[in-house]
Amino acid sequence: MPLFLSGTLFSAVHIIQPSENAYEDIQEALILAEPGDVIRLTAGIFYLQDSLSLDVEEVQIEGEGMDQTILNFADQQSGAQGLSVTSDNVTLQDFSIQNAKGDAIKVKGVTNIKFLRVKTEWTNGPSPKNGAYGLYPVESTNVLIDGCVAIGASDAGIYVGQSQNIIVRNSRAEFNVAGIEIENSYYADVYNNIATNNTGGILVFDLPGLPQQGGHHVRVFSNRSIGNNTDNFAPEGNIVGEVPRGTGIIVQANSDVEIFNNEIGDNDTVNIAVVTYGNETDDKTYYPHPKSIQIHGNKFGPTGYNPDTSKGELAQILFDLSGGNMPDIFWDGLLPISQLIFGQPENEKMIISNNGDASLLAIKPIGYMVPFLEPAILDINEFDGEISPLAKVEFDENF
Amino acid sequence: MEKSRRLQKLSLMKIFKQSFLLFFFIVCFSSQIEGAIEIDLKNFSKAPKFLSEFGFFEDMKNQIPAESVHPYSLVSPLFSDQTDKLRFVYVPKGEKLSYVKNKVFIFPVGSTLIKTFAYLNKNGPLKEQLLETRLLINTNEGWKAISYVWNEEQTDAKRAIAGATIPTSFIDSQGELVDVRYRAPNQNQCKECHQVNKVMTPIGPKARNMNKVLSYQSGEMNQLLYWAALGWIDQKLDSTPISSYTDVNASLDDRARAYLDINCGHCHIPGGSADTTGLYLNLMEKNNKQLGIYKKPVAAGRASGNLKYSIVPGHSNDSIMLFRMESLDPGIMMPESGRALADEAGIKLIKDWINKL
Repeated sequence: MPLFLSGTLFSAVHIIQPSENAYEDIQEALILAEPGDVIRLTAGIFYLQDSLSLDVEEVQIEGEGMDQTILNFADQQSGAQGLSVTSDNVTLQDFSIQNAKGDAIKVKGVTNIKFLRVKTEWTNGPSPKNGAYGLYPVESTNVLIDGCVAIGASDAGIYVGQSQNIIVRNSRAEFNVAGIEIENSYYADVYNNIATNNTGGILVFDLPGLPQQGGHHVRVFSNRSIGNNTDNFAPEGNIVGEVPRGTGIIVQANSDVEIFNNEIGDNDTVNIAVVTYGNETDDKTYYPHPKSIQIHGNKFGPTGYNPDTSKGELAQILFDLSGGNMPDIFWDGLLPISQLIFGQPENEKMIISNNGDASLLAIKPIGYMVPFLEPAILDINEFDGEISPLAKVEFDENF
Repeated sequence: MEKSRRLQKLSLMKIFKQSFLLFFFIVCFSSQIEGAIEIDLKNFSKAPKFLSEFGFFEDMKNQIPAESVHPYSLVSPLFSDQTDKLRFVYVPKGEKLSYVKNKVFIFPVGSTLIKTFAYLNKNGPLKEQLLETRLLINTNEGWKAISYVWNEEQTDAKRAIAGATIPTSFIDSQGELVDVRYRAPNQNQCKECHQVNKVMTPIGPKARNMNKVLSYQSGEMNQLLYWAALGWIDQKLDSTPISSYTDVNASLDDRARAYLDINCGHCHIPGGSADTTGLYLNLMEKNNKQLGIYKKPVAAGRASGNLKYSIVPGHSNDSIMLFRMESLDPGIMMPESGRALADEAGIKLIKDWINKL
């Protein structure tokens, strides 16, 4: 049975311990909670057969530590998530969700959500049978993910989609297909994270046919994206299934993305790839090409020594064009036809500067298609230019 | 298509004529009805612990409604583990509903939709079993969902805040015994389907889905005419009935779209809880891609079943939609909640439809 203690004048702390009735205890507390309440889950393993959900504003769900309070869904019988949240001003902190049958934590359509020191994990290692997403806020505004850990997701460990004002920091993503993914989102800061042993470390993507698209203003800085060489284990059909093993950072179809001061290396295929959305779409409002991308001050380690040619065309094209001398940075060079002929607007051009001795390969689509013309640019200095820093993402983190 | 519409109109006229006497009877009768409801449904703060406290039923066990509570039925109902659904509606005396084409009726505050889920076991030796009764109450603060789970004695139902798991068995339409881990949803799960743009709303009672004959205590009558006779709605509504997905005379396309509309379209609709996927399955959706044809999944994960598209015309086995309808794995199955069994009839219908696209 839950115990009730009064916290501050207006809020109550509901303390719940692992028991046979854990699901009923937690779910009842989540439904009956009043704004301002805290649901505290004590140390131990909670075995849950059905998914949990919170729809009360201003509630905090807290454990006693990500390795102490564990919500285990290995025997889940119903519900597509471990935990779902649909209310504003919610804080989740200091617990783990293990082996959810679908996504671990889905947060949809909220304003102000904090994940602090939360861990999501599939404990059997990378497998296409694992759930898609670990931490999964979507259609939300003001998203803070801090000090979290995501392991084993068959799509993305930390995934923020169709949202705006996003901070992902001090977190670790490993053994996922995509470590950290920002998709169809506006204004995101991704920094001080470690992405390792994923298929792809950090992805900034945009897809057509969705309520929010045209991702823009994403800063990826001071991260370590190292050794992301796990074979792609995403079930087919999913867009991340096309990510080759050994990619550090991929930017696809976004505008105003700044990638700086990262340490990126030991990735089998390529350290940074900037690409166009590769599938056909009849969505006329969708812009498939990346633009206004800035890459500077990054430190690159070895890459491209074991390219994954089994997924998509990226690695194969890269390998062919570079004659096996794989670059740190790759751009597919695809643009609207008018821009291929007359050139890109100045403010949309990619700028790459101050990346030490980094190497580059950018395809020249016309040259690539016409015999005897140069198919690619290999001189990184062609992209040198002045950096226009993007603004910091800020919102009140003390909601 | 035109012909079938004309036929429907014709038969409606016929029913209207037949119902003429009944109509008068009800008008006289309804004026004498006194509201017997014992709870202030408009200012509803704390839900009663037991269903009986509302006074919706004259006879709880046999599900005989109070005088002011009326049964209704839907042309195309949602699949819920083959349960029989006993639906009732209460509208405060003297109040009217508003009609907006293609939308659920707008019920006056204080109205309540009552739905009992049961296995009536008409085809076999098991006794009938009432599982749960869900209420949607239109309060001053909007629609509220509450679920009550029936006791073993079947005398009353108790509020289930966290929902409930009811392991049971039933006899299906073929007379076979089926085991099921039946789940009564919790309040939040009700919202998953009933919420559009964060506002709770009923799903079933749209005019097109009510436009059919029901057998009342007083005799058979078209439900819309019955409601008109009660003074709830105007008689002439601009509404074509939706196809019943079980009606073999309707076109395959109409049946499939009716099925998808009622089973999927409340979440897979712009503003619904599945709109993040861009897959829209409501009846009004006209864009093939949005409807799933050659549409790649967005966040399906392993629920893609290693397939590339939601619907591949002519190839149901390559279509994610069918794969997810067939699955019983909570990480894969669609709908996400509300079923523990597969809807074999629905699967067959969608399979045929995709194969003939």
